[in-house]
Amino acid sequence: MPRQKRKRFLPIFITPCCKKRNEAPEKDARRPIRSSPEEIWFVKFRVLFATLLSCSPALAEPVRVAVAANFALPAKVIAANFAQETGESAELSFGATGKLYAQIRNGAPFAVLLAADAETPAKLEQQGDAVNGSRFTYAVGRLVLWSPKPDAVDPQGEVLKKGHDTHLAIADPKLAPYGAAAVETLKALSLLPTMQPRFVQGENIAQAYQFVASGNAGLGFVALSQVMREGRIMTGSAWIVPDHFHQPIRQDAVILRKGEGSAAARAWMDYLKGDKAKRVMRSFGYGF
Amino acid sequence: MPDSSDLDAIWLTLKLATVTTLLLLLIGTPLAWWLARSRSRWKNLVGAVVALPLVLPPTVLGFYLLIALGPDGPVGRLTQALGWGVLSFTFSGLVVASVLYSFPFVVQPIQNAFEAMGERPLEVAATLGASPLDAFFTVALPLARPALLTASILGFAHTVGEFGVVLMIGGNIPGVTRVVSVQIYSHVEAMEYAQAHGLAGGMVLFAFFVLLMLHAFRPDRRRS
Repeated sequence: MPRQKRKRFLPIFITPCCKKRNEAPEKDARRPIRSSPEEIWFVKFRVLFATLLSCSPALAEPVRVAVAANFALPAKVIAANFAQETGESAELSFGATGKLYAQIRNGAPFAVLLAADAETPAKLEQQGDAVNGSRFTYAVGRLVLWSPKPDAVDPQGEVLKKGHDTHLAIADPKLAPYGAAAVETLKALSLLPTMQPRFVQGENIAQAYQFVASGNAGLGFVALSQVMREGRIMTGSAWIVPDHFHQPIRQDAVILRKGEGSAAARAWMDYLKGDKAKRVMRSFGYGF
Repeated sequence: MPDSSDLDAIWLTLKLATVTTLLLLLIGTPLAWWLARSRSRWKNLVGAVVALPLVLPPTVLGFYLLIALGPDGPVGRLTQALGWGVLSFTFSGLVVASVLYSFPFVVQPIQNAFEAMGERPLEVAATLGASPLDAFFTVALPLARPALLTASILGFAHTVGEFGVVLMIGGNIPGVTRVVSVQIYSHVEAMEYAQAHGLAGGMVLFAFFVLLMLHAFRPDRRRS
């Protein structure tokens, strides 16, 4: 009996999505059991409409956030806090900023971008892919010379000047701001010509970290957030590169066209500016 | 027009694919022979290990290679003890990775050919006084020639197209480990779409040519 089957199917199909936010469609969905066929179609249409409305991204779906690789760890902590405190949820996708940019240009469904630089969000805004005026600097990244071995890196970074034959892992300077900052630092120290032959390049800072952490490269310029927890370097030894050696790594966030009009996206941006999020970022070594 | 770094990447890729294919033929042919003729109970196990790269994502292979080849990994310890140093981020490291990665593409066609030829030609060779080694080189290998060609083409092409593994263990060093596929990836990431098109279009033509060659050398057509 197909009719009866459908009657049972419809409410089941709709309730999981609408139960929380909208009680009305559920009632509507049950009513047609006693109604004429014409009325059933009318009510079904209304139910469908109500379902679509209540399940639209602005209300029920998580904020899709594209996150630069260096910010992956703090973003996870912040997203967990955000979900707990606001009831909204954020779905995070990690990648190199350049790749995220290409995905956004080609219609990726992200509502917010947390970039590793300031240029990419600005460019998206210019090109009309981001919401004007939503852009702000959520954090300033710090560069660190790091090794997983306890005594490999001295606190002044003198190890770079000493002769050694190990690989130096950096993020691709053409693609990643942390890689560019590493090259600037070496230039400032007049060490670029001697160090360049030892470069191994990760496509982003996460891969540069992987090269060092696995021991394949003896040293690496990585993001402080990758090796710092609760304000301390977790393992190995590190030289936190002083700010004046390179341009500040300003990391900007922006609401994207797909997140325009999304209350959850705005809530996420507000949350990022808040004290609690800042405390998390600071514990991972970010400045403001 | 490809610039000089593109040409470097092309040259490096061709070198890698050639070295890898030669090594694969050297290692793969005896192994295929063993897999085709052995009655050992290890046969299925070895066959499965050989076929692993067919189903594993290259990132899995690359990830474990990075750990194994590293200074604290088992292979890394061995290569250091032998005085070869650490293989990650070197051309030799890429060769090792590519050999593993392209293994099934070379072994399986050769194994199929050896299986298809059966015992008969070798028995005949034996009655004419040929030693097993003699029979292998003068009877089995010539009979398997189309399969050897197919295997070489597949192994070469597969190595040229390799991406995930070299991204994981290569370190993207110009002239040493930056092969064409990684170069294309970097171009795309840097939004240099014109250069990316130049190289990627070349790869499409190359792949098309390879498939044409495969058809030309298909064993069943030769036999009929």
